[in-house]
Amino acid sequence: MSEKKTNRRDFLFTATYAVGAVGVGATVWPMIDQMNPDASVKALASTEVDVSSLTPGRTITVLWRGKPVFIRRRTEDEIADARSVKLDDLKDPEKDEDRAKNPEWLVMLGVCTHLGCVPLNDKGDYNGWFCPCHGSHYDTSGRIRKGPAPTNMEVPKYEFVNANTIKIG
Amino acid sequence: MSDHEYTPKSKAGKWFNDRLPLLTLANHLTDYPTPKNLNYWWTFGGILTFCLITQIVTGLTLAMHYIAHADMAFESVEHIMRDVNYGWLIRYIHANGASMFFLAVYIHIFRSLFYGSYKAPREIIWIIGIIIYLLMMAAAFMGYVLPWGQMSFWGATVITNLFSAIPLVGEGIVTWLWGGYSVDNPTLTRFFTLHYLIPFLILGLVVLHIWALHVPGNNNPVGIDVKKPSKDTVPFHPYIVIKDTFALLMFMIVFAFFVFYTPNILGHADNYIEADPLVTPAHIVPEWYLLPFYAILRSVPDKLLGVIAMLSAILILAALPWLDTSKIRSAVFRPLYKQFYWILVADVLILGYVGAMPAEGLYLLVARVATAYYFLHFLVILPVLGLKEKTLPIPLSITEPILGGTANLATARNKESSIK
Amino acid sequence: MKNFLRILSLIIVFLAAPLSSYAAEKVEYLKTDWSFKGLFGKFDRGALQRGYQVYTEVCASCHSMKYLSYRNLAEKGGPEFTEQQAKAIAASFDVTDGPNSDGEMFTRPGKLSDKFVMPYENVKAAQAANGGAYPPDMSVLVKARGGGVDYIYSLLQGYEDPPAGIILDEGVHYNKYMYGNKIKMSNPLSDGLVEYSDGTNATVEQMSKDVTTFLMWTAEPHLETRHQIGFKAILYLIILTILVYFSMKRIWSRVETKV
Repeated sequence: MSEKKTNRRDFLFTATYAVGAVGVGATVWPMIDQMNPDASVKALASTEVDVSSLTPGRTITVLWRGKPVFIRRRTEDEIADARSVKLDDLKDPEKDEDRAKNPEWLVMLGVCTHLGCVPLNDKGDYNGWFCPCHGSHYDTSGRIRKGPAPTNMEVPKYEFVNANTIKIG
Repeated sequence: MSDHEYTPKSKAGKWFNDRLPLLTLANHLTDYPTPKNLNYWWTFGGILTFCLITQIVTGLTLAMHYIAHADMAFESVEHIMRDVNYGWLIRYIHANGASMFFLAVYIHIFRSLFYGSYKAPREIIWIIGIIIYLLMMAAAFMGYVLPWGQMSFWGATVITNLFSAIPLVGEGIVTWLWGGYSVDNPTLTRFFTLHYLIPFLILGLVVLHIWALHVPGNNNPVGIDVKKPSKDTVPFHPYIVIKDTFALLMFMIVFAFFVFYTPNILGHADNYIEADPLVTPAHIVPEWYLLPFYAILRSVPDKLLGVIAMLSAILILAALPWLDTSKIRSAVFRPLYKQFYWILVADVLILGYVGAMPAEGLYLLVARVATAYYFLHFLVILPVLGLKEKTLPIPLSITEPILGGTANLATARNKESSIK
Repeated sequence: MKNFLRILSLIIVFLAAPLSSYAAEKVEYLKTDWSFKGLFGKFDRGALQRGYQVYTEVCASCHSMKYLSYRNLAEKGGPEFTEQQAKAIAASFDVTDGPNSDGEMFTRPGKLSDKFVMPYENVKAAQAANGGAYPPDMSVLVKARGGGVDYIYSLLQGYEDPPAGIILDEGVHYNKYMYGNKIKMSNPLSDGLVEYSDGTNATVEQMSKDVTTFLMWTAEPHLETRHQIGFKAILYLIILTILVYFSMKRIWSRVETKV
């Protein structure tokens, strides 16, 4: 008799604790989620860039989601350079054909994959980009060749809306 | 702090506790002997702690999105309401939380008045409580300014102008408070800073409030001293914890109803109009919890005296332990005081009511009578009553409802213990 | 416990008295059944879409809606236009953007992320164009008026000839629900003023109801979520309260004192 009573009591307390814990969890979530990107930030997820004035060998930097995006119109030499590299020589093997669908145009996030600095144009041992913070060298395809950065610079989702306009995001 | 020595069972626990006796503190809090006859009016202390934590947590999260600038404050609040994930929920909890906080604090104060909890040896607890209450009013007032709506702006203008009543330096003080020649951006940023600071001051004072409480222990509905620990007490955990939780949950149901179904009813529509220094709203009314004092302010025809009356109405509470001369704590055994107590409750509610009405005609007359009575209660009725009132016999202990002795003996015992 | 609840409810009733007396001093507003009131209240999707039409075709020429973006029109709990429809609506407005690389401002078709285009450059321009009276921004208008939706709904139908003895200045109109009865806005609605695409008969009453519903949504875009979460939250709290109540009874049964 008394044993049964104990069980029932345990069940009551366990149920109370369990239901209480669910409530605490549900209350904590809004306080955490409020720090995630809000609706107005998410709505600004894409940006359009006019690239008509860009001549081969030049790079423009545009702001997208608060980060710099490099848009480079590459010269024939640069393209040839980038395409001739063997994948075995790369720290993060990736074909240039996959990174630049239209070989003349390289669009990538101008953020060093090491710790987030902005690399410098036309610098470094591979004629691509060089990050001054900790010495990472990128080639003309934005791939990491030397230095502490672990991966190539990221290529965002983008498309040509027309011959002169790129839509990023 | 504790009546008995506590030694942690585990070796690590002992090592830690010898260096920082947090475990002793935790043990003191869980074992804290509490009179077992506490009724539900005593649960509001715990509820108030919950209110404070809620306001701090929601306030912190709102501050991550709010912009304290006259040009952007209103817009940033709308941004919170529309775009921030759960921003509407957090803001409505914070806004209604202020009202719930005051609802709870008024119940807490009036419980103390009924059961004489402010009397010896608990005067310090009471005075700390009054300081907390004053800080709460300051925090609430400044918080109401932050959305930068019409009521924010004009409320700030009116309240800060109270200081101009001070002779000679008044105008200078007001300009200093504003950081300009009117309520404007500098005023908003400093109000935001202080609004952010005050809750943490309150938190510190709450720790002192509870510390001071744990020295003599809780008062109780019978109002006599209890031996601790004894058969008159129960340990705080689990008995009081579960009871406070139950009361808190009921409180939260009311709270949730406001937040989810009538989130704006306690606010004022004009505060959804962005502040405009050129147009004053037709009726300027403070939030409901300040209305009684607003009524007192307006009932005095002189500017300076009105401000003094309003401040005195609050500060007079700090002197209460010495104004009340009765040796008996609980109104249960004070038949006359009990009646005056309810008259005071009605008086304050009437003040609150006329505070919301225009200050003219009958309302003004009622406000004046009620204001006069308010002071009469504390300055005349209480001191005289304590000396003249014939009190009822008091039981010897809270577990023995039948009297252990004659009335005189019981009173004598009580007297003895309160002197100690 | 009983005593406790009795006193508590008395106090709450008393505290609520001044609130209701605010409303009592005002005129009796026209009543209609709002779908968004009540425990489970939701917006009438059709009314929101029609209301948006009334807003753009009638109100928007003077009243701004500065806290709304075109993306809101496609969001859940709102008019719920499809994303394509919302994009088309946005694109039908010219938005000033820039500066471009030449340092000049330019106009382009609106995008979902754009805020509603304002009818006037600034408040002063709005006042100048409206005989000195600023047509208030409509984003939170419903919450900024004491009578809320009932007030707006009544006001739109409250235009009538002034009673004898009231003389109106040039450009001032008589409205029996307006505070002080004098309003600078001329009667904005007349039967058949807009042509509803869903075939609803555009009476003044219908348009008033639709646009007021729309304004309720612009002021409280998360109203539906609020009601949904609110119901669940309160139900949850009641269940937990019951569990805690029995736990409390059980714990206190160890001592003879009642709770």
